[in-house]
Amino acid sequence: MSMNPVAVTIFIGLFVFVTLLGFVAGRWRRGDLDHLHEWGLGGRRFGTIVTWFLLGGDLYTAYTFVAVPALMFGAGATGFFAVPYTVLVYPILFAVFPKLWALAHRKGYVTAADVVRGSFGSPMLALAVALTGIVATMPYIALQLVGMEAVIAGLGIPMTTTVAGTAIPDAPLFIAFAVLAAYTYNSGLRAPAMIAVVKDALLYITVLAAVIVIPAELGGYAKIFASVDAKSLLLPPATATNFGGQSAYATLALGSALALLLYPHSVTGLLSASSAKAVRRNALILPAYSVALGLIALLGYMAVAAGVKSNPAFAQGFKDYGNTFAVPALFLHSFPPWFVGVAFAAIAIGALVPAAIMSIACANLFTRNVFKEFLKPGATHRQETQVAKLVSLVVKLGALFFIVGLPTQYAINLQLLGGIWIIQTLPAVFLGLYVGWLRAAPLLLGWASGIAAGTWMFVASGNKTSYALHLFGVTVPCYDALSSLVLNLGVAIVLSVMLNLVSRGPAAASRTAT
Amino acid sequence: MSEPEKPRRFRAVNLLLLLPFAAMLWVPSYNRVAPEIAGIPFFYWYQLLWVALGALVMLPVWWGSRE
Repeated sequence: MSMNPVAVTIFIGLFVFVTLLGFVAGRWRRGDLDHLHEWGLGGRRFGTIVTWFLLGGDLYTAYTFVAVPALMFGAGATGFFAVPYTVLVYPILFAVFPKLWALAHRKGYVTAADVVRGSFGSPMLALAVALTGIVATMPYIALQLVGMEAVIAGLGIPMTTTVAGTAIPDAPLFIAFAVLAAYTYNSGLRAPAMIAVVKDALLYITVLAAVIVIPAELGGYAKIFASVDAKSLLLPPATATNFGGQSAYATLALGSALALLLYPHSVTGLLSASSAKAVRRNALILPAYSVALGLIALLGYMAVAAGVKSNPAFAQGFKDYGNTFAVPALFLHSFPPWFVGVAFAAIAIGALVPAAIMSIACANLFTRNVFKEFLKPGATHRQETQVAKLVSLVVKLGALFFIVGLPTQYAINLQLLGGIWIIQTLPAVFLGLYVGWLRAAPLLLGWASGIAAGTWMFVASGNKTSYALHLFGVTVPCYDALSSLVLNLGVAIVLSVMLNLVSRGPAAASRTAT
Repeated sequence: MSEPEKPRRFRAVNLLLLLPFAAMLWVPSYNRVAPEIAGIPFFYWYQLLWVALGALVMLPVWWGSRE
């Protein structure tokens, strides 16, 4: 692909602008950045609007915006599960998170594992929750780079740079991540919060232009849908003995919605809100991003209609990045160069926001629930924050080497597994808010059995997220995360009830004491 | 949970939050092409419509929770 100077200039200009913003952000609503709740939660001072931008940039990642249309492009209707998924997120957010926020605010909790530590008094259960969060998030950070890689390649910027006779592969990625690491280290959560405003503005402009300009170029929505293979336009119909793609679709939507809110970056974003009211209000206004996501999903079909795959100009891109290249190719095909620069910047900056928040969330978890709990119980606020800043660097470096050194498919599989793992923390994190009779040891056993069963189902079905359950003679393909969560809940509840019959536990005792 | 809280009253209006789940998880109810709007099959516009409906059903619950 040849490099277009206009597109590249606008792209780099926007990138430099948000970098400056990232460094300036440290002074915004100034706080003592030596405190972890200042560096890692922005001082819990974000009102409704900033939280809206932050969470929008955080939950709807660049990877989502590239992967969902890529799935529609390749597989059809199945890829649209992202819409019911994000419809279901908000009632859950609305019901659970104001309560979680209030508890965390009252007790000074920074992470979900802090909440679990407080609810059950078990450092081991909190450790399990913290490690699950870190392990599930790492490949997610790595995947943010995939979207960025595809647009950088789409701009025609060479991925391998030669300096003094030595070829350096993926140089643009290293530069982007070095910049990201520097301002995250410096400004903490304030940096992605401020950058998210720019990212979201670019994103909405791009989506608006795409759904108006591209269908007009392609001859209307009817023509776009007509170009999609009729078989993949709907889900395969269920039969009397096999629910087929429909149960997979429904369980994938529900399981993903539950898993999303348990990810450390979601919890960090929500706990940084200034009030429970700001959290509730956001449940009402965040769906605006779901509209954007739904429209972006349809870009996959527009790419089919535009025939980008058979266009020789994009052959190399599809060869290197597979269907991930569908949306970049569509933009290159449909937009003038200056707007390609804007749209691609939206995707690349859209990768930086969640990558920053995710690394901060992992750093908070490690610092609070591993370092301070097990390694240095007497750590000062300053030491705590210093460790968190360093861990945020390590996490990002790990993600970078992951994507540069290993095939992308590894990161994709690990991210899918991450969703199955993170949902296993639901009983400890969410149910602990509502009921007092669950016990730590049964929860830990439930967590372990859920992780084992979910991982086994994923591997046994050949790295697929759905495993066919056979219930009463009917084949029901079900999202691994959901079926393994049922097992997890069963183990945790049954053993807790049995344990409570035998003895009153320390958890119950401490509860009556406070 | 460990703090004394005012006893949680059950509010019927909270049941509205279950509506999106009923609608979205009952896939056979929307897995069809007709009726189309502006060339967009039912499967697609109906689910997009629920993004807005999902936000709307939270409104009465929100009003109910402010006291």
